[in-house]
Amino acid sequence: MATSMSPPAAAPDGTKPGGHPTRAFQTVRTDNWKLGPLLTVAGLGAFVLYSTWRAFSGVHYWVEPYLSPFYSPLIYANPQHWAGSPIAHAWFGEMPQALIDAWPSFLPFALSPAFFILVFPGSFRATCYYYRKAYYRSFFGTPPGCAVCPIGQKNYQGETRLLVIQNLHRYALYGALAFIGILYYDAFLALRRGGEWGIGVGTLVLFMNATLLAGYTFGCHSFRHLVGGRLDRFTNAVGAPGLAHRVWRGVSWLNARHMKFAWASLFWVGFTDFYILAVSRGWISDLNTWGEAMGGH
Amino acid sequence: MSERHFRVWRGDSEGGEFVDYTIDVEPGMVVLDCIHRIQAQHAEDLACRWNCKAGKCGSCSMEINGKPKLSCMTRMNTFGPDETITIQPMKTFPVVRDLVSDVSFNYRQNARIRPLKPRPRGKDGEHRMYQEDVDRVQEFRKCIECFLCQDVCHVLRDQDAMERFTGPRFMIRLASLEMHPLDTDDRVPEIRDEFGSGLCNITRCCTEVCPEHIGITDNAIIPLKERVVDRYYDPLMWLMRKITGRK
Ligand code: SF4
Ligand code: SF4
Ligand code: FES
Ligand code: FES
Repeated sequence: MATSMSPPAAAPDGTKPGGHPTRAFQTVRTDNWKLGPLLTVAGLGAFVLYSTWRAFSGVHYWVEPYLSPFYSPLIYANPQHWAGSPIAHAWFGEMPQALIDAWPSFLPFALSPAFFILVFPGSFRATCYYYRKAYYRSFFGTPPGCAVCPIGQKNYQGETRLLVIQNLHRYALYGALAFIGILYYDAFLALRRGGEWGIGVGTLVLFMNATLLAGYTFGCHSFRHLVGGRLDRFTNAVGAPGLAHRVWRGVSWLNARHMKFAWASLFWVGFTDFYILAVSRGWISDLNTWGEAMGGH
Repeated sequence: MSERHFRVWRGDSEGGEFVDYTIDVEPGMVVLDCIHRIQAQHAEDLACRWNCKAGKCGSCSMEINGKPKLSCMTRMNTFGPDETITIQPMKTFPVVRDLVSDVSFNYRQNARIRPLKPRPRGKDGEHRMYQEDVDRVQEFRKCIECFLCQDVCHVLRDQDAMERFTGPRFMIRLASLEMHPLDTDDRVPEIRDEFGSGLCNITRCCTEVCPEHIGITDNAIIPLKERVVDRYYDPLMWLMRKITGRK
């Protein structure tokens, strides 16, 4: 018996014994398998375009008392920018002149406060096991759909070699866990304006944003591993008896819904930013207990 | 009763072609019933493998309208009334004849996996474990070895990597041993180096086709990848091991 198990070679018309096609995107499937990848391309593409534009713009990310999640935490403020946040809100105050000067002037955009932080949520989503599946399928066609021929790779390496980098996902997770706290903090700050307690639609939008992000982050596969998946015996875990298993079960519940939380939180973070942009620009006014919104201009 | 059209691939490892058949179909029939009727009325030499007709033996795997499925569990009322149904053997394995393929690749993979190496028995001479510790392993025991997941996995099916990747069915068998509360063997290095966990790109087709609805990707492969990360790709864990001297 032959020990090599390479599949039989393709006939000149590209099919193999069994009548299966072998060329990229070919399939015998009759259902609408293209819909999923197309929706993914549309959804991720729209988000990347919108968030890039907003991150580079560096304006209208703040309307008292709401801070856009694309700019949170605010390391440096740039109050000289139209409708930037006031300095008081930033961790380290005004953007240092040295940094502004160091920014290459040939670039068509200014140094935006978003640049300091977007690498954290960005790398978290980019290395997420769900999004990996989504973009391997819809952007790289490996494979575009189940039982649909992939875009040919001479020497397929999967997640070894170059893509071994995906294994750093758990570091991105540590960053993302901190962001849940930061975004809830922003939402709590949005309960006060000008020293006065109150609540507005924007406050609810911010709370919803932090909550959806928490649902996404706590359902992370790496988190599921760290809280208990790595154990062979939950009963051996440190801490109260049964605790590790209960936590792992809870995380597993979220994990089973990870894709839904991934999309819901992605949409909502974009919407939150858009809401703040729209209020800041005066396109809409924020319904709240404080009276007329303070726009950015 | 209604007349239905089928395109069935006929041939062997040298090649073959699609042959059209038309038969009458009654309500309640599954694709395997239709194949039997084709055998009875038109082609008694049509080769197909089956056994239980209850979705439990895993013999009747084939590709129906391009999707890897159990033919005994695919009801005819899931197709449109005028749809022609295309039936093929599995793509990943060599064709023996018609709808029968040679799945011996899988038996060789199975033989490569070292069996359970249990820790010593307790003082009372028993092996004891808690239900909550074996829940995960029991999910994997539902596998009926239909090899539909092996068939659909693009790494085996299309990437010419059968020498380097053992496939989803054997990733779950490895997971069931690696996570086993009694097992003492260290399986992480070979999971990465010999069984090829890094070649799976978690695109989840195995999970989509599994007739037993086993969470192959989420509950077996990704947890194994995370254990590989613990061992090889996590600098913090590496430092901890250096300091504490533990594995
Ligand atoms: S998730 Fe991995 S094992 Fe499953 S079909 Fe995809 S590549 Fe193959
Ligand atoms: S894991 Fe599921 S699809 Fe794969 S062989 Fe077992 S039952 Fe079949
Ligand atoms: S797996 Fe999706 S966030 Fe970690
Ligand atoms: S005949 Fe046993 S699973 Fe279909």
